[in-house]
Amino acid sequence: MSTVLHTRLAEARAAGRAALIGYLPAGFPDVESSIRVVEAMVEGGCDVIEVGLPYSDPTMDGPTIQRAADRALAAGTTPREVLRVVEATAATGAAALVMSYWNPIDRYGVHRFAADLAAAGGSGVITPDLLPEEAGDWVAATDAAGLDRIFLVAPSSTDERLRLTTDACRGFVYAASLMGVTGTRAQVADTAEKLVTRTRAATAGSGLPICVGLGISTGAQAAEVAGYADGVIAGAGFCQRVLDAPDLPTALAAVRGFAEELAAGVRSAG
Amino acid sequence: MTTARPESGHPDAGGHYGRYGGRFSPEALVAALDEVAAEWEKAKGDPAFQAELRELLSSYTGRPSPLTEARNFSRHAGGARILLKREDLNHTGSHKINNVLGQALLTRRMGKTRVIAETGAGQHGVATATACALLGLECVVYMGEEDTRRQALNVARMRMLGAEVVPVTIGSRTLKDAVNEAFRDWVANVEHTHYLLGTVAGPHPFPAMVRDLHYVIGAEAREQVLELTGRLPDAVAACVGGGSNAIGIFAAFIPDSEVRLYGFEAGGDGVETGRHAASITGGSPGVFQGARTYVLQDEYGQTVPSHSISAGLDYPAVGPEHAWLADTGRATYRAVTDADAMEAFRLLCRTEGIIPAIESSHALAGARAVGAELGPDATILVNLSGRGDKDVDTAARYFGLVGDAAAKGDQA
Repeated sequence: MSTVLHTRLAEARAAGRAALIGYLPAGFPDVESSIRVVEAMVEGGCDVIEVGLPYSDPTMDGPTIQRAADRALAAGTTPREVLRVVEATAATGAAALVMSYWNPIDRYGVHRFAADLAAAGGSGVITPDLLPEEAGDWVAATDAAGLDRIFLVAPSSTDERLRLTTDACRGFVYAASLMGVTGTRAQVADTAEKLVTRTRAATAGSGLPICVGLGISTGAQAAEVAGYADGVIAGAGFCQRVLDAPDLPTALAAVRGFAEELAAGVRSAG
Repeated sequence: MTTARPESGHPDAGGHYGRYGGRFSPEALVAALDEVAAEWEKAKGDPAFQAELRELLSSYTGRPSPLTEARNFSRHAGGARILLKREDLNHTGSHKINNVLGQALLTRRMGKTRVIAETGAGQHGVATATACALLGLECVVYMGEEDTRRQALNVARMRMLGAEVVPVTIGSRTLKDAVNEAFRDWVANVEHTHYLLGTVAGPHPFPAMVRDLHYVIGAEAREQVLELTGRLPDAVAACVGGGSNAIGIFAAFIPDSEVRLYGFEAGGDGVETGRHAASITGGSPGVFQGARTYVLQDEYGQTVPSHSISAGLDYPAVGPEHAWLADTGRATYRAVTDADAMEAFRLLCRTEGIIPAIESSHALAGARAVGAELGPDATILVNLSGRGDKDVDTAARYFGLVGDAAAKGDQA
């Protein structure tokens, strides 16, 4: 079973660079505009898009993404709109993932969600508050639908948990660069490279790609992380540019420019 | 005084109560949750830890808390014999201190120096600030901005005790958002910080650990009722928000299958209006803040804001063990409206000279209904989980006892 995600990650690897993964909540600032923003992210150089399913209680997110998700919810975004944004993302050629807290998927119906996402052209799902121990149904559902499932590892993960979690992943593993929530940071945490090295050791043999997220918000930071990771994930930086823009054309230009900066970064790594 | 509870087989090693509970948390917190679980297991079997906790519970909290027979209130409860477990007389004014002292000692045992907590009404925040002052721990309390206004007195109290109170200005600005913010803090500062969660909710091991620490309520009450009446009560009544005082008093009676257990949720304006905080009565199973349990949620799994006159019950979910007790039928959960709770509040003040917390008034209102059903031969044990000093402002407004309206209110 291969997904568009596998293809995009393999292409980046073949080109000798890390992949660029951008996050945006579906429906932010509204459904149609979020599709335009995603298109600008892809035009700017994103290989993969994480389409966020906005949730009322995002415990892993800092204020920027919380505000973006609140706007999306206020605009009436439901899973139906999320799947529409996934469809539009897939149409750009980029790999489309969904990033969702567990309850909305649980509520939608685990198997139904997996099937509907696959039908919309999605490659897989990132679940920040689902641990492999609680993911029995989810593993079955994503296997049945041919979807990738991406769990997280963190600097605090033990070696045993790195093995457990990466064994449960397909597509890539999301390495949280630091102990904290989403949001831009002045520097890449020094915990990131060490975690990637430890995760690499845990995945020896499988070759599971390792993508790093949390706090990456400049081209230089992207270049630094691209020096040791298979993919670089950025989210709050995109949301902030949309929040700051007075209108959609300004937002699109700023988002495209930010994606270009990050794309140049992942290509300049030593 | 008992602080240990017998093994019931629940939860399982993963923190599950049947289909409920478990651990739905970011991977970054798993190491800390495992550490808390392992240290708590060790502390439970450590005579020195247990002795220190027992000493604090007796000389600092004032345990055992008395059992008071409410002979006058009984006339408003179908004539049933009403026995009040007086957690309101504990130091800091509620049952919350039982859990807080245990977890504060555990914090020190783990070598951590900073404690964070969430609070709604402020009772858990005050108890946490108190224990941190006593044990020399840094204390930060997250409180929804809306609640800092409703409970200004408790904000001042926490600050006097040396705690930093952080108003949460995101989301619905109430208890659930304070919990979210505490989890965010914990992820970033977990190396030296313990999250002193105030109820039997959240990811494993919190529901089991907090239950263990409140087990003392039911263990004492069971002995006191037996001594006073020569038999077990017919029913036990407690209010349920997250459900810590209820689990504390239920746990000792769960093996006594003849004792009926009643949890009274906050019915707000009435469950049918949608403006309530009755997660079991008016919610549905889902995953919220770390556990599978009953949640107030819409068709898409988004949390629906809760409503209750009582800030301490104003929470859109419930501890997973209650979800399991409800599904298995061992305990019965009903909703009590704001109006019925306030009527019970007024009655206890006037008939017994005890001002109850509005939270606990839900249990009193529930006991009135159960008393009417079971009749005058029945004995009902009610957990009076907190005192109403913090609610005087809310109650005075509710009954029109402020300013010019005072004289009229006096007729109420």
